[in-house]
Amino acid sequence: MLPRDLKTEQFAGYPPEARKLVANYLGTLQQLPLSFLPSLLRELIDYDFKFPAERKAREKELANLGSLSPDQLRQLFQAFAQIHLSPELEGFDWAKSPVQFVERLSAYLWSTHQLDAFRKASMDYADHLRSAAPPDPPPIPRLGITVIGQGVASYDEALFRKLRPHGAYFSRVKPEEGLPRLLEAVAARAKSHPAPYGHWYIDGGEEADHAPALTCISYKALEPARAALLRRMQPELDRPGMGPEALRTLLAQLRPAELGMDRVSDDKGTDEVLARFEVSLLTEGSGTQIFSTSFAQWAAREALRRAQPLTLLVRFAPRQRQKPMNELLSAVAARPELDFVGSLIDADFGAYYNWLNQQRLPGADQSSFLVWFEGHSQALAIGPSMPRGTESTSAADLEQLLAWAV
Amino acid sequence: MKVSSQNRGGRAALAARNASHSQDVSRFVARTRRDFLRTAAGVTLGSTLMRSSWARATASSKRKIVVVTFGGGARDQETFAPEGQENIPHLMRELIPQATFFTQVVNRGILGHYVATASLATGVYETFNNFASVAPQSPTVFEYFRKDLKRPPSDAWVVAPSNGFNRIGESSHRSYGAGLGAQVILPKHLLTAATSGRSNDYQHLLRDNYETPFYAPELAGSEFELQQLDKILKLSVDDFKDHAQTLSSPDELSVYIARRLMRQVAPSLLWITMHDIDIAHAGAYSLYVEGIRRTDRLCSDLWKTIQTEPEYAGKTTLFILPDFGRDSDDDAGGNGFQHHRTGDALSRTTWMLAAGPGIREGEVFDRAVDSTDLVPTLGSMMGFSPSLAQGKPIGELL
Repeated sequence: MLPRDLKTEQFAGYPPEARKLVANYLGTLQQLPLSFLPSLLRELIDYDFKFPAERKAREKELANLGSLSPDQLRQLFQAFAQIHLSPELEGFDWAKSPVQFVERLSAYLWSTHQLDAFRKASMDYADHLRSAAPPDPPPIPRLGITVIGQGVASYDEALFRKLRPHGAYFSRVKPEEGLPRLLEAVAARAKSHPAPYGHWYIDGGEEADHAPALTCISYKALEPARAALLRRMQPELDRPGMGPEALRTLLAQLRPAELGMDRVSDDKGTDEVLARFEVSLLTEGSGTQIFSTSFAQWAAREALRRAQPLTLLVRFAPRQRQKPMNELLSAVAARPELDFVGSLIDADFGAYYNWLNQQRLPGADQSSFLVWFEGHSQALAIGPSMPRGTESTSAADLEQLLAWAV
Repeated sequence: MKVSSQNRGGRAALAARNASHSQDVSRFVARTRRDFLRTAAGVTLGSTLMRSSWARATASSKRKIVVVTFGGGARDQETFAPEGQENIPHLMRELIPQATFFTQVVNRGILGHYVATASLATGVYETFNNFASVAPQSPTVFEYFRKDLKRPPSDAWVVAPSNGFNRIGESSHRSYGAGLGAQVILPKHLLTAATSGRSNDYQHLLRDNYETPFYAPELAGSEFELQQLDKILKLSVDDFKDHAQTLSSPDELSVYIARRLMRQVAPSLLWITMHDIDIAHAGAYSLYVEGIRRTDRLCSDLWKTIQTEPEYAGKTTLFILPDFGRDSDDDAGGNGFQHHRTGDALSRTTWMLAAGPGIREGEVFDRAVDSTDLVPTLGSMMGFSPSLAQGKPIGELL
């Protein structure tokens, strides 16, 4: 089937809001090339469960495409139209299963050496969108905070090496009550600028006390879901021929209820949006099921990319020492050993990635970032008014650093 | 349109950089490596007009080649960039001063470890499913070597990390294939056989594939593996198990087996595929760097073995090259060091070093070399004709 043959009935399996959105733009979608359209449908099929920022981005994208004439659309998607697809791909039910189609498309592009052409077409399209339907700037400058090194008594190597060129390093930070103070600062921002999914707290261990206005996810709270996931996957692993790709397809189909997750928001019943986000962290992220540091980094990356929060506090926790995969998967009740220094190194690099991902969002030139070695006197602050590549030996507490950085 | 996802299906949507920009990045990477090597390792910039004296160095019938893939995938910033130097002290101080180094080896194929390693071994960009248990479609270097030079099966060996590599020694090509390939030894499979797959003490060495933490390989019977231990490696099961208990990683086990092969069988063509670095897929940066440091040390150990084993000393050329790199931090479609899924320039651009008699020492070449040039180069060195390979012999090594 080709896009021009699309009919509204083919989206009967989509959730109601997604179905409505697709029906509104059916005429436009029919004009898009097959090498592109399923990637867009992959986003739209989950529209009902997307964060507000994602929904707005899709709406703007569709509105832009809908405003273009057939000639303009043809010109915009010319490079995509030149991607050669196989009859098998053309015959796939991509409207019903766009995720599976894109999996197959990806493998096909690699094997036919068309990936570079596809990359260029995608990049050019992204450039077009940025200029034709630019994202809204944030209502207040973004703030990212990353806390690393929980439980590490001492560490002699240099920290924040990747971030130092971009900000000011402080070596005499007063660590007392550091985490509560940071959480209070985040809560204050959530109170003064309330926004759904606008202010996040991600903990790689057990979450600390925090304001209910924060969107919070933690590795500890997801422990039952992780165990349920492992239980579901174990029989699949034992099936002959089960490989990574088949397993990923299975994982992608899991829903929160299947992992025993019934997330309840304070006033609106089940929070399916957040629950699905949490499932995706465990099913799409590599290493997130076994290493808390990988979980915290990936959760931050995905929260920034998808929810585009105004405030994000990420606290890394010690991960378990590397163990054999089969032992990890067996979920034996033995108390895991922790790798404190390894986790600090993971988190130090994770902080760099948190900053990089924050800077990819609108308003990057006004955003601020703070990373702190938990319980210790080292921190680094980045912000519009912070000098770059500098060091300070002035005594300061974390509230002062935040005030200087923001 | 979404342009970022971590799953493999997202690769297609991860597109980010156009071809001309990729070439710029590759050249920049090469220049950075060259400048760094010149200052840190005291090497000089080579000229393509100069030729190696390899052809005169060793009688062809006695020449031996050892190829090591520095896997699975390491980036410049953790290796040859200034901040990465601390992770590869053995390469920097011991090997590169004795080697010819190519700063820009480009892999234009599929960036999956099995298919990319198969492409290195065939000189053709193979296009099969990376996770399928299939033979390469084009003849391998082992088949060219054995068929053209009429070498016995014992003269070409592969030591591979994971059970997914068990078909790499022999292609499905109708003019080559059956009976003409390399013997393949899978150390982790050996270990499974030796422990009857039961002992939890050895489980930590059995991880097969880092692409997903859930991947558990299907293992076949153990009779053949136990025979390999006894007849070929001259190792009792107990001795093998005892030694394995002293090792910290699958690659250490591979190097142990490779050294045993060199001592007992002394193949003329030995291919060793490292894989520890690919733990990066689990997202733990410290484990990724630890893997690089271990691989660096193991490469040095192999070089020392080559120089001390009577069958190898003075007549062996060592090649070390990654199968490919990993995603750059700058590509929003990826997640940095964790994967090699975006196909960006940094994930495609790697390096290669060659050392041994007749290879010029301390020379650096920064012209672009293709991954598929390895097999034709080995053919020119050893005297066989890889007629179906796509690459070209690297003149600076001949």
